[in-house]
Amino acid sequence: MADQIFRADIPSTTADSGLSGTNPADTRRIDRAASTGLSRRSFLQGTAAAAASLVIGIHLPGKARAGAAASAAGESAAFAPNAFVRVAPDNTVTVIIKHIEFGQGPATGLSTLVAEELDADWGQMRAELAPADTEKYVNSLFGIQGTGGSTAMANSYEQMRKAGAAARAMLVQAAANRWRVNADEITVSKGTVSHGASGKSASFGDLASEAARLEVPADPALKSPDQFNLIGTRVRKLDTLDKTNGTQVFTQDLYPESMVTATILHPPQFGATVASLDDSKARRIKDVIDVKTVPAGVAVYANNTYAALKGRKALEVTWDASKAETRSTRQMEQDYSKAAQTPGLNARNDGDVEQALAKADRIIEAEYFFPFLAHAPMETLDAVMQFKDGKVTAWLGSQIQTLDVGALSSVFGVDKSSITLYTQYAGGSFGRRAQPGGEFAAEAAEVTKALGSDRPVKLMWTRENDIQGGRYRPLAIHKMRGGLDKDGNIIGWDQQIAVQSFMKGTAFESGMFEDGIDASAVEGSRAMPYGIANLRIGQHLMENGVSTLWWRSVEHTHNAYANETFLDELLEKAGKDPVEGRLALLGDKHPRHRGVLEKVAQMADAAGPVPSGRQRGVALHKSFGSFVAQIAEVSDNGNGEPRVHKVWCAVDCGVAVNPDVIAAQMEGGIGFGIGAVLYDAITLSEGGYVEQSNFDRYRSLRISEMPDVEVAVIQSTEAPTGVGEPGTPPSGPAVANAWRRLTGKSVYRLPLVPINV
Amino acid sequence: MAVKFELNGKQVSADVEPDTPLLWVIRDTFGLTGTKFGCGIAQCGACTVHLNGLTRRSCVTPVSQAEGGMVTTIEGLDGKEARAVQDAWVGIDVPQCGFCQSGQVMSATALLKEIPKPSDDNINQAMAGNICRCATYVRIRKAIHNAADTLEG
Amino acid sequence: MQHAVYSLGGAGLIAAMAFLTLGAANVASENGISNETLKSPEAFKSISDKSKRSVALFNEMGKVITHPRCMNCHPKGDSPLQGMNMQKHEPPVVRGAGGMGAPAMRCSTCHSDENVTFMDSEGSVPGHAVWRLAPPEQAWVGKSLGEICRQLKDQKRSHMTLAELQKHNATDGLVGWGWNPGEGRTPVPGSQKMFGELTQAWIDTGAECPGG
Repeated sequence: MADQIFRADIPSTTADSGLSGTNPADTRRIDRAASTGLSRRSFLQGTAAAAASLVIGIHLPGKARAGAAASAAGESAAFAPNAFVRVAPDNTVTVIIKHIEFGQGPATGLSTLVAEELDADWGQMRAELAPADTEKYVNSLFGIQGTGGSTAMANSYEQMRKAGAAARAMLVQAAANRWRVNADEITVSKGTVSHGASGKSASFGDLASEAARLEVPADPALKSPDQFNLIGTRVRKLDTLDKTNGTQVFTQDLYPESMVTATILHPPQFGATVASLDDSKARRIKDVIDVKTVPAGVAVYANNTYAALKGRKALEVTWDASKAETRSTRQMEQDYSKAAQTPGLNARNDGDVEQALAKADRIIEAEYFFPFLAHAPMETLDAVMQFKDGKVTAWLGSQIQTLDVGALSSVFGVDKSSITLYTQYAGGSFGRRAQPGGEFAAEAAEVTKALGSDRPVKLMWTRENDIQGGRYRPLAIHKMRGGLDKDGNIIGWDQQIAVQSFMKGTAFESGMFEDGIDASAVEGSRAMPYGIANLRIGQHLMENGVSTLWWRSVEHTHNAYANETFLDELLEKAGKDPVEGRLALLGDKHPRHRGVLEKVAQMADAAGPVPSGRQRGVALHKSFGSFVAQIAEVSDNGNGEPRVHKVWCAVDCGVAVNPDVIAAQMEGGIGFGIGAVLYDAITLSEGGYVEQSNFDRYRSLRISEMPDVEVAVIQSTEAPTGVGEPGTPPSGPAVANAWRRLTGKSVYRLPLVPINV
Repeated sequence: MAVKFELNGKQVSADVEPDTPLLWVIRDTFGLTGTKFGCGIAQCGACTVHLNGLTRRSCVTPVSQAEGGMVTTIEGLDGKEARAVQDAWVGIDVPQCGFCQSGQVMSATALLKEIPKPSDDNINQAMAGNICRCATYVRIRKAIHNAADTLEG
Repeated sequence: MQHAVYSLGGAGLIAAMAFLTLGAANVASENGISNETLKSPEAFKSISDKSKRSVALFNEMGKVITHPRCMNCHPKGDSPLQGMNMQKHEPPVVRGAGGMGAPAMRCSTCHSDENVTFMDSEGSVPGHAVWRLAPPEQAWVGKSLGEICRQLKDQKRSHMTLAELQKHNATDGLVGWGWNPGEGRTPVPGSQKMFGELTQAWIDTGAECPGG
């Protein structure tokens, strides 16, 4: 079978768990040492272990003897490992994960790559997040250390396999030396190194210190895919148990000795600043230590969270809005809409669209409105920082470590070499923690610095800070015109996109802009695969004082929605089947697009005819190198709102390293997308005030609204591509297409369910 | 003023303002960090604990209301339903970012204690107050059914 | 989208319209002050016709009864409403046994014996002992004031004699919560004492119901 449908395959037993104990009650522990560096005791243990460990850093081929690197560096080597693989005498293999883990699975995925080439037993694998260190942990696709664009697997696939293969070769050589046999007579299986003829065997831990003295092979041989034992199978996620019994430590959970808790009050409008502050009431609250004005607002410092929150609420601030964005989103919409009526800068211009539309038998027009969207990760933004003796230590769910360290360096005025940043497991991100200017890191640094103390400071945002804190998915207008000839062929497609750029003025501008086109703003539309001879994509970059950012699948969200709903409507008007119509437009040039679309159609067909009172809608979109097609089945919930019952999803992301993680990312990406399309908008009232502040008005999809999801992963030998984001773009248009087919109503304005304000 | 209650089976006394939310007493005073802050207004369920055996959003519960009561957090969760739920969670790798999962497990365990064999509707009603931004809901539902099957034997 | 959740006749409609205007703001920005006044029974003495006076008294009671603070927990169906614009309760909840919610999602999961003011923002979670929904046979949303009146008088549905109803209106703590709804919420007009007096005067004048 060319693919697998995972819903039915999820086993319900814990028999083969690779986790350290299946009874959660047995493993209730708070081990804050691994990637936090906070526990002195664990720190020392870690050092002892490292001294006798095999540490492999394949970025340093031949540069140093691996063991020497570990032991000579002593304490600091264990504290800030300069490698990807650490084999300890206790026989655990720890993989240093350079991509932040916030649920998308790199801790497990990258460990799988190492374990595969190492022929390790999955039960001995551990994962640890890499600290900030651009030289060692650079994302080769970015040129800096950072996670994003669903690149973790694509970027690390070879690198981590080589790290594992190098470790294996050294362990084998160590065994060969000890047993005085030829290395090629030695086999490795499930963490055991064996010599068949002599019957000798040893564990990795056994051999670690001897292996550590050997040269790191520069170019270890890698397995061919037919030799894979772990890649392509479901291995247990390394972080599941800790995330089930409450022991996983996030930034919020760090309580270093003498820590101060800080909260912050931001201005109520984007760009407003503090005019005057009366903090007398706040200062009278027991356990409030101090109040400081910082560039981002007003910070309240306290001995506990309760006092810090109470103090924040007691602040009386007058704001200076003279430089603030004061437009309402209604006004912005009008401004954007006006721009979109005329052709913008061409991001793509095939044929002659005006001539084609002039000849068209029918012209269909639509204007789409997309609201600002907040990411609202479950863990609000937070950081712990300490500025002591000229050195900065930061604990942060950092997604682009290089830029965050840069921000810390400039705020504290210290060299980057004086900054240690421990990447923390993060409670979601969806793009929010990846900041082109390290803005949150800078804010936390300002708050820490302003206190003027060497105590560690934890800055914790409230949910109100988060929802009203900007960095939204940009508001956008798409003005669409489509022309059909008398046979129903699409002969012209004009799409004018008005949106603000969040790349402009950032470190990413030079990479993202070409000839005035922001590649991000038009992504997905510019690359539309359908064979339409006369096709124009125009871009209007709008100025806006509201800060924006990438949001799970970035601008594929609005581009895929506009493309796939408008196309579906044109096909329907032309009397064509949505699947056959798309296949015809794809022709024979896009086999992977075709593959997922045909697969998802088969899956829905296999489920039987559409139940009465429901309709199905399809959408297809490629993003971040991965191809995803979805079919959503929708009914009216009785209140004139959609109820999404089922989503079938086919994904082609190249080699499926862990099919279950891929399925999980599709499920989550679909829920995230549907929640936003149905319920979410950030709106600004007259004067520029955000009208939502928490989950009561910025709705999140709830379990009662989550459709059943069935995922098929297309088997492929192509290099692996991302899965964290590509599940999201097709979900909205699939639902909207089903809704239009059910009700006859096109959904040009999001969210689909009107919000209460 | 000291507030006394039972926390995970142990008598504790917290010398805090009586209107301090139970959440911050659990986390800041007693160092149990499995219970999370997510919204502060009882919308997301990340702070769910059991108070006298029933689910409770600790972010809107003044600690004074726990006086003389029994508080259970994820760290102290035990019993056959809890084990079934956590084993089921591990069995199908429910968590993604994991931040909401303590609350999810607390709610799911409370549900199974009252309804050992819940329907999808029971699950939707019991769990609708626990937001998961990663949308692990398909697996949460499946894991609760699996846990119920385990309990059934 | 939640605007047309109920329609009322007579004075009730006017009262409701006034609050719907207010309700355009969100819960957190309710000003906490009732802009309605509740007249005392004396104000109706000029109506000589006893039956008309009774109806007028009930219409006055309607300012309390049809106030969203009261209506929200006398919903049509199995889920409460919230806010001055009577929107869907968020998070989604259901009636459950005794109107006290579903297993693991009881009213008491969030609502305690007292209003709890938020620390991080404006507003509060409302609370009072035995926070619960009114029974389905006492659903008010979607009904005219006359229908609500007849429903209250029907012991099969109200489970109360008129005397018990008076006592309920005058002294019940959960009813009284309407005048003390916590930070960020507009209280119902008048006072519970006056509501009790109006109820007594309505009963004394024959407990007549408005038409419609």
